[in-house]
Amino acid sequence: MQQIATPVLLDMYRRMLTIRRFEERCNTLFMQGRIPSTLHLYIGQEAVAVGVCANLRLSDYVLGTHRPHGHAIAKGVAIRDIMAELMAKDTGCSRGKAGSMHVGDIRVGMPPAIGIVGGNAPIACGMALAQKRQGRDDVTVCFFGDGAANEGAVHEAMNMASIWALPVIFVCENNLYGASTPYGSVSKLENVADRAVAYGMRGMIADGSDVLAVYEAACDAVSFSRKGNGPVLLECKTYRLCGHSRSDPLTYRTKEEEALWRDKEPIKRLGEWFVAQGLKTTADLAEIEREVGLAIDDAVAFADASPYPLPEDALKHVFYE
Amino acid sequence: MAMLTIAEALREGIREEMMRDPRVFCLGEDIGISGGFGGAFTVTLGLSDQFGHERILDTPISEIGIAGVAIGAAMAGLRPIADVQYGDFLFCMMDQLANQAAKMTYMSGGTVAVPMVMRAPVGSTRRGTQHAQSLEAFFTHVPGLKIVAPSTAYDAKGLLKAAVRDDNPVLIFEHKLLYGSKGARSEKGALSPIGEVPDEDYIVPIGKGIIRREGTDVTIVGKLTTVYMALAAAEELAKSGISAEVIDPRTLVPLDKELILSSVRKTGRLVVVEEDNKTGGWAGDILATVAEEAFFYLDAPVKRISAPDTPPPFAPVMEAYYLPSAEKIIQTVKSLF
Ligand SMILES: Cc1ncc(C[n+]2csc(CCOP(=O)(O)OP(=O)(O)O)c2C)c(N)n1
Ligand SMILES: [Mg+2]
Repeated sequence: MQQIATPVLLDMYRRMLTIRRFEERCNTLFMQGRIPSTLHLYIGQEAVAVGVCANLRLSDYVLGTHRPHGHAIAKGVAIRDIMAELMAKDTGCSRGKAGSMHVGDIRVGMPPAIGIVGGNAPIACGMALAQKRQGRDDVTVCFFGDGAANEGAVHEAMNMASIWALPVIFVCENNLYGASTPYGSVSKLENVADRAVAYGMRGMIADGSDVLAVYEAACDAVSFSRKGNGPVLLECKTYRLCGHSRSDPLTYRTKEEEALWRDKEPIKRLGEWFVAQGLKTTADLAEIEREVGLAIDDAVAFADASPYPLPEDALKHVFYE
Repeated sequence: MAMLTIAEALREGIREEMMRDPRVFCLGEDIGISGGFGGAFTVTLGLSDQFGHERILDTPISEIGIAGVAIGAAMAGLRPIADVQYGDFLFCMMDQLANQAAKMTYMSGGTVAVPMVMRAPVGSTRRGTQHAQSLEAFFTHVPGLKIVAPSTAYDAKGLLKAAVRDDNPVLIFEHKLLYGSKGARSEKGALSPIGEVPDEDYIVPIGKGIIRREGTDVTIVGKLTTVYMALAAAEELAKSGISAEVIDPRTLVPLDKELILSSVRKTGRLVVVEEDNKTGGWAGDILATVAEEAFFYLDAPVKRISAPDTPPPFAPVMEAYYLPSAEKIIQTVKSLF
């Protein structure tokens, strides 16, 4: 892992921290009633989106899920635009049309995230087909959960990606639960990645709490697909250190299990590694923390100062003009 | 008599049917997990403790599978009650419902029955676009499906029991704002209609509507939440001397057409209120039926209040613009006089 350049490592640290603090702030704003609806927070899974997206370029695509803030921040959607969307403002990345489950910004390669579990997988194939036909050496990353792995749409998509050698990296974020349902109760296979064999595609597994491990696995997968070798199924073992949505009392999993994962959570882990390697001091890390806090304050201030859409704006954007 | 919310009434209905008939079982996502939610809106909470996980069957997130398994089990002698977490996911299982469940009896020349129930929460509650749609009209258009939409606890239990005992596929549309789900899983702005529900066995027959308020000057037809908006509007209109009759069909297919027609023959005016968007919708079909069959009794144009033809927007200001309301009903009714 020493060969990952220090600026890349630092950027990954900053992005993971941005996601964490962003999500925590969202939770506060939700409790204060300033964010309507519900939220599926990404707390605990930061290393997956960040480690994968650090290998992407602007012209690569990312398809997010119902838990998309992390995907969006990692792909480069501005946190001001995301925050404004969550607060239902006209300046939001969907102009207040869609809310938390659909954040994205096509200008940075992320169409609106898809709230229908598994619904993004066939779309990823289509985007990758276009990339391939156009002779671009770009790739499409499709994030999906352990729960989504059991949707028919995901199976159809993996088979199509495989037969047509499409440049799709299917990134399964196996956080052990789909809502309250344990992965082990809905699959006979220990690993989602084991299914890759059945589609004739390459399967990989990474420690999703270790951003360096995710980065390295994704680097391999992305360059494999970029070279025209077809899709890869990359499973990242991870855990959400928060409820499924804001109305989840977390009574279906044990405190011991949570503690186990909290111990290996990705941000602290990378911070400690920096210090141990002598690359950064705790004071340096505190400075990053301060800057991230300011950026989030700025995003909230921007959203606060932004106008709401007009009621009749509901009629706009049904068709593309 | 117990005072129950709709979520509780549905739960009691399921419990009683499961006790009465060993063929009845539930399947769906997150419905029976220990320490879990009891489905997206708590309807099946606690039932797996009583009936075990074989009869409260937790499924993978596989909507096509859920619908297909329900259909097959029903064809082979069981009585499944399946559910989706949000009605929007019915689109994922559209082939199984529209091509398979709805047509099996017809394709078999009347020899194969599909006695299944599919429950689906509908309605816009600030979730936007993919978790907020009202899908009733998509399914009223499919011959072979019976469709009910209870707006009270009494009807919820009675219709659920009737649905389980029916030999055809029955879709139950439930409104998220009417469940009265308790605790963390209740929705903001919920109406929580708590109502009297008998302890003894009863059903609400499929195909029978009800007059929620009698009146003489205008007929307002609503379903789910719009029944409550219509009742609030009727109360206000009474102050201006307009006597509104409010009808809740309760069953959408087969529709209690005669109840609506006889009301319109009396009042001479009709307003239908729905949360779905307008074009190709449920309200439009009722207007057409009345225009065809009671035209000469009408004193004013037939009117509908529907959402505009857009997806349900997320931002509360746009959502309020999109949704029907008592005020919109009052305005529309007044325009008829
Ligand atoms: C087609 C569909 N079915 C069900 C849901 C409701 N739902 C939203 S998230 C979720 C769990 C998803 O689990 P997983 O794929 O593991 O992702 P995670 O939430 O763990 O990130 C469910 C059942 C949905 N949004 N779409
Ligand atoms: Mg999961």
